[in-house]
Formats: sequence, structure tokens, C-alpha cells
Amino acid sequence: MPITYTSGEQIEVYRFSIPVTVGVPLLALFLQAFVPRRFPFFSIFDLPLLVTIFFAMARRNPISGLLTGAAIGLTQDMLGTYPIGIYGIAKTVVGYFASSLGAKLDVENAGARLLVTLGFYLLHAAVYFTVARGMVNMTLNWSWVHGIVAGLANAVLGVGLYFVLDKFKQRT
Amino acid sequence: MLTTDVMESVLGRYRNLTILVGVLFLQVLGLAVQVKRSADAENTRLIRVWAVDAITPFERVVVWAQNGTRDLWHNYCFLRGVRAENRQLKQQIEQMRLDQVRLSEDAQQAHRLQQLLTFKEQVIAKTVPAQVIGSSGSDLSRSIYIDKGSNYGIKPDMAVITAGGIVGKVWIVYASTSLVLMINDQTSGVGAMIEKSRLQGVLKGTPDGAVILERVMSDEQVVPGDTVVSSGGDQIFPKGLPVGTVAKVGPGREMFLKIEVKPAADLNRLEEVLVVTEKQERNEVVDSGVRVRAADILAQRLPSVPEKPAIAAGAAAAKAPGAGDADAAERGTRGEATPMTTGGISAKPQGSRQSGTQSVAKIPDESSPASQAPKKAVPKPATRDPGLNGGSADAVGSNDGPAQTKPATTPPPVTQPNTPSPATDDPH
Repeated sequence: MPITYTSGEQIEVYRFSIPVTVGVPLLALFLQAFVPRRFPFFSIFDLPLLVTIFFAMARRNPISGLLTGAAIGLTQDMLGTYPIGIYGIAKTVVGYFASSLGAKLDVENAGARLLVTLGFYLLHAAVYFTVARGMVNMTLNWSWVHGIVAGLANAVLGVGLYFVLDKFKQRT
Repeated sequence: MLTTDVMESVLGRYRNLTILVGVLFLQVLGLAVQVKRSADAENTRLIRVWAVDAITPFERVVVWAQNGTRDLWHNYCFLRGVRAENRQLKQQIEQMRLDQVRLSEDAQQAHRLQQLLTFKEQVIAKTVPAQVIGSSGSDLSRSIYIDKGSNYGIKPDMAVITAGGIVGKVWIVYASTSLVLMINDQTSGVGAMIEKSRLQGVLKGTPDGAVILERVMSDEQVVPGDTVVSSGGDQIFPKGLPVGTVAKVGPGREMFLKIEVKPAADLNRLEEVLVVTEKQERNEVVDSGVRVRAADILAQRLPSVPEKPAIAAGAAAAKAPGAGDADAAERGTRGEATPMTTGGISAKPQGSRQSGTQSVAKIPDESSPASQAPKKAVPKPATRDPGLNGGSADAVGSNDGPAQTKPATTPPPVTQPNTPSPATDDPH
């Protein structure tokens, strides 16, 4: 289905079972922590971000989206060595805007999902960069090339991942 | 009343935005508190424990399954040719036993030479092997999880190494898991030095995961390929552990060089690591009571001009059995000082450096014609000093008895056959 601008009543709102709601983000965090040790190139992906975008856009509820993003982001922060909250803030913002976008647009086809994921990846990177440099005083270098390449890689993976996660959707 | 209504109206209308701002505010507040209190992870330890406890069981299960599959393959499915291999290994053991006898003699002598070094040095006394079970899950945080924690005696700031080189230090310790901050993380810092020139600097990570050596002045000579080792200055890594090699040298900030280092350990493909749980500070003492000066030790380590062959040959001739006293008398007449020797250890720097260094550095090759030659031609002087000269096992043995021709099977001394150093043949 193409991107269609529609009213809140026309678009479908999905929900997920509790095991999926809890298990999928945990699995994403686990894979993000485990797989790069075996395959270093995998660190370019941000599975928790893709899961955040998917849940936010499927539920189409900004509050639900931002809370999902905050929970996943904060958990991701807890696994690292930096202060807790950097990923939390970035994913909260992404979750909010993804669900806001999902409430207005029906994004179901692969091309639209690719573009949306690329955009949100860059937004996530920009927020992370700003918070990390502005508040935590981390030394980070912004690279458009790296950002776009990583964003495209995540978008491609995201399209496949969303296709799999679509199977768990339940109509309200 | 009107104000309250307006507020409720605004909050109701912008409910989502208000909640977003509220959640972001709380996170920014939490972040600010952590930054203000310093980067110490102890402030958020409990929260991190929850997250780690939620994630690491999955990782443990996967690693366990992976190892189980691998063991199954190696122990049951991959046993073809084991009998032939067993036979071959037995032969190798026999050969190695012979080698061991020879090497143990060399090791004993190396030990005696080591006693000359009065420098205090740290050695690794105890390590705990650990398996890497995961990473921090962030491309920007270079850290790994290992499957050993406080239950195994792991503590924060312990060094983590591999056979290749250093990996990082223990950052946060949980009961059965630990988080290791790797040397390529931008918040890490390791005392390191160039092995050849002994230039010291600070090894740091960069945001893109590279490793650089900082604080080396720009007028120093550093070239790509130089080996970098730990300096021990950080009190975490024992001195002398391999860190990596210099990959690129360029101008850095202010008056310092920017030296890019290729880590010796493959930080992207770590599977097993060793945690240094105990270090010993060894203070070598010369058991004979000889006071070796720092200049003498330095002279032993520095290269020097080799002795002239003619003088050496003359000295060798004078070193016939029983000629030691005559040699000493000759020195007395020339006004030379007799080298200080006590308890079988000569403190004469140059001669001892030549022979001692060579004997430790090289294991004599029996098949080499050059090394075979002196065995028959040069008799060994009876007064040869076991601690400093010769450097091989037979040299040690010669201390116990009169001069004797070396048997063909024993390793020859590494010193040149026709140019024996007079300094190494000093009588007691």
C-alpha cells in the first residue's frame, strides 16, 4: 500500500501481545550486544532503533511511541559505559515523531519504509550527537558519509525486519 | 480559576507534546546529575545490574550452545587419524624432552643473568581466563562483556589481556559478569612506550575506534612499524606487555605527535581473554651482594663496538688453563683495574654485556657449521665466569671443573670462536 494521507479514523492501529512487546526489544538489544562480537560489521546497525521505529509507527500513538523509545534507549544506555540517557533521549524523540508520522501517514510499502527509516536514523544520530557533545562532552565527529551509509544500511535491514515483525501485528 | 482552565485546555490540547517534554526533561535531568557527579559508573550501578542481568543470560546460553556444538564436533566427529597423530605426538614428546634438558640449562643461566637487573618490575602472577560474551551494544562505546565477575575474584581496574597483547581494563564488575573497557574506547587511557626508543606516552582511543599514542613530543623519532609496549605507569598493566605497532605518524596538537597504533590484539574478534587478577612486584637482588651500578646495567643493554680480533686472539691465547693469574698480573703492570668480581659475578659492563646478551638472545643451533666450529678448536678456560660469560649451558658447567673441550653434542657459545672477549674470561 502506498503512503496515503489519511485521517486518524481511517488508518489502522495495531497492538502487540505482551511477549512480543517485551521480547522483541530485548531480543534486539541482545543481538545488538552479541552479534558485533562475531561479525564486527554488524555494529553499523542499530536494531533497537529499528524496533523503536516499528512499534511507534504501528501503534500510531505518540505517548506510546515516546515511552517505547525511552525504555529501549535507556536499556541500551545501561549496557554501555557512558552516562545513562543519551540513547534514551535520542530514541524518545524518534519514538515520538515516528508515532506522530504513523498517525498521519499509512506507511506500508517498502520504499516508504526505506525513506522513513533513513530519515529517522539521521534524526537519531543528530540528537545523539547533540546530547553527547553538548551535555556529556564526548568527542564525536559528525560524518555525513558515514551517517548516510549507515542510515541506508539500517533502512535496508529495517525493511526486512518490518516485514517479519508485521506478522506479530494484531488489529485492535 | 480562569488561569487553571486555560492551563487545562492547553495541556489537554498539547498533551502529547507536554509528555514528550516531560520525559525528555527527566532524562536530561538524570544525565546532568550523572555528568555532575563524575563519570564513575558506581552512581548508576544498580540500574545497570538490572539491564545486564536481563541481557547476559541470553548471551550465556548462546555461547554455551556454540561451545557445545564446537566441542561435539571436535570430540566426536573430528577424530579421524587420531591414532597416527598420537604416534607422531609421542615421537615429538621424546624429542621435546631432549630439548627440555638443554633449554632448562639455558633457562637457569638466563635466570642468573636476570638477577643482575636490579630494576623493580611487575610480573603477572595470576590470571583468570574468561570468555567474551557480548559487547555494549553501541558502536560508539568500545566495551565487552566477559563471563567472569566478582565470583571469580575479578575487581575493577584489573588488566585484561590476550596472548597477542593488551585488551583493556575491567570497568564494572557484576557477580558473574564484568564489563571491560577496551583500549580503543575514547575514555580509556593506557601508559605505553615505544619499545625501541623507550619514549613514553598515553594510549587513547578515538571516536572511530582507532588507537593513538599521545604526549610524544614532535621532535622525537618515531617511525611506522615501531613496537609499542605498556610502560606500567598506569599501575594497571604490567610493564612490557605488547600493545601494538605504530601504523602512522603525523603532527598532532601543540608540540606533540599524533601516532596511530595498530593494536596487537584483534579487538574486533576477541573470544577468550585473560584477566590479570594478581601482579607481583619483583625486586631483583643480586644474591652475591655485588652492587651493580645503573651505568653498568645500561652498558649491558646498549650496543658497543666489538673487540679487535688481534687483541682478542692474544687474550684468548693468554687464557690457557692456569693463565688467569698471569693475566691479572699483566693488567696490574699496565695499570688497569681488575674487574670487580664477587661470588662469580663480574661487574665489568662491556664484556658481560656482550656475552650475556648474546647467550640469552640466541639458542645455539647445533646444525649450524659456524656454531659447531669452536667446539673442537677452542678449549674452554677453567676460570670462565658462569654468571656473565659464555651464556650457554656448557659455560655453566665449566665453572665446576678444569678446562675441557666441549663435547660435540652440547650447544656452542654464541661468541665468535676466534675473537673471545678478554673481559668475559676474567679470573676470579
